[in-house]
Amino acid sequence: MAKVVVVTSGKGGVGKTTSTAALGAALAEQGEKVVVVDFDVGLRNLDLILGAERRVVYDLINVTQGIAKLHQALIRDKRLDNLCLLPASQTRDKDALSEEGIDRVIAELREQFDWVICDSPAGIERGATLAMRHADIAVVVTNPEVSSVRDSDRIIGLLDAKTLKAEKGEKVDKHLLITRFDPARASRGEMLKVEDVLEILSTPLLGVILESQEVLRASNLGVPVTLSDKNCAPAKAYMTAARKLRGENVAAVLPTEKRGLFEKIFGRRAA
Amino acid sequence: MKNNLFTSLRSLALTRSRRSAPVARERLKILLAHERAECNPSDLLSKLREEILAVIGRHVSIDPEKVQVKMDRGGNKSTLAVDIEIPAGAKLATAA
Repeated sequence: MAKVVVVTSGKGGVGKTTSTAALGAALAEQGEKVVVVDFDVGLRNLDLILGAERRVVYDLINVTQGIAKLHQALIRDKRLDNLCLLPASQTRDKDALSEEGIDRVIAELREQFDWVICDSPAGIERGATLAMRHADIAVVVTNPEVSSVRDSDRIIGLLDAKTLKAEKGEKVDKHLLITRFDPARASRGEMLKVEDVLEILSTPLLGVILESQEVLRASNLGVPVTLSDKNCAPAKAYMTAARKLRGENVAAVLPTEKRGLFEKIFGRRAA
Repeated sequence: MKNNLFTSLRSLALTRSRRSAPVARERLKILLAHERAECNPSDLLSKLREEILAVIGRHVSIDPEKVQVKMDRGGNKSTLAVDIEIPAGAKLATAA
């Protein structure tokens, strides 16, 4: 049974695309057949984060309109055999996406893959509601910052109202992914704590991704962070998050305030 | 010695003022409690403004520009303030 996941947030720039790429790569590395789908029509970026920007021929809209077959539009990752990308269109706008077209594409993807991960555009408009429409699972990406938490709350409300699951009286399985977290600043009371965000949004935790140079480095290189440096904290947190999504009973890795000598010296730069 | 005490006091004050996260937490709790109750709070405000205007307008002719509706949402109670300027020579509107 294929699972459809939406990676969403409301607010832009919190790490949806980075997280889609990393979770997709992590699941693929764990042996799952994965497709990541870019729903950000007009502002596609998942291709760039995955290093596939020069290989895009057809896109999601071409497939929904029947101009291209699904297999023509799918781009297979060069590093992970069982990871594919379905890119968004860069030239069209979100009105070119039809509900029926998306229904057909998602149904076809469900047959071919174990996981269909939809990278939602920012906002709460049509593009975002289309991206969440088929979701069985939602990963709500939140920064420990007031506007991001507020927007996540709105998105959680939409997940309970505007999805096919909600229409059938069922619930989308929601998880919180806290990104750009800085444990040192949180311990000094300068940043919301993980527990604060969990309490305010009352949604279970999938993982905490630390603010890290490694995430930027990975995007510079066009490699998911789980592949660019397997031992860095974000890579480990995404791998654990992927295991949790697969139903393994692992606890999310919580960042501790005990820091190594290196971080004690250099970690302060972020403050 | 004196100087040392001064610097440590000042750094204590600085640390205090940098603890902004608890403020963020409280603001969010209050805001989200309200936003979850009313789906779109700005909609509620404009609706109230419109209906209150209509009721008053049935009896007195008023300038819609001179009506102010303000809301202050708190943890335990919220207030709605409606301020309507009625011109000195306002005529009673003719009832239909």
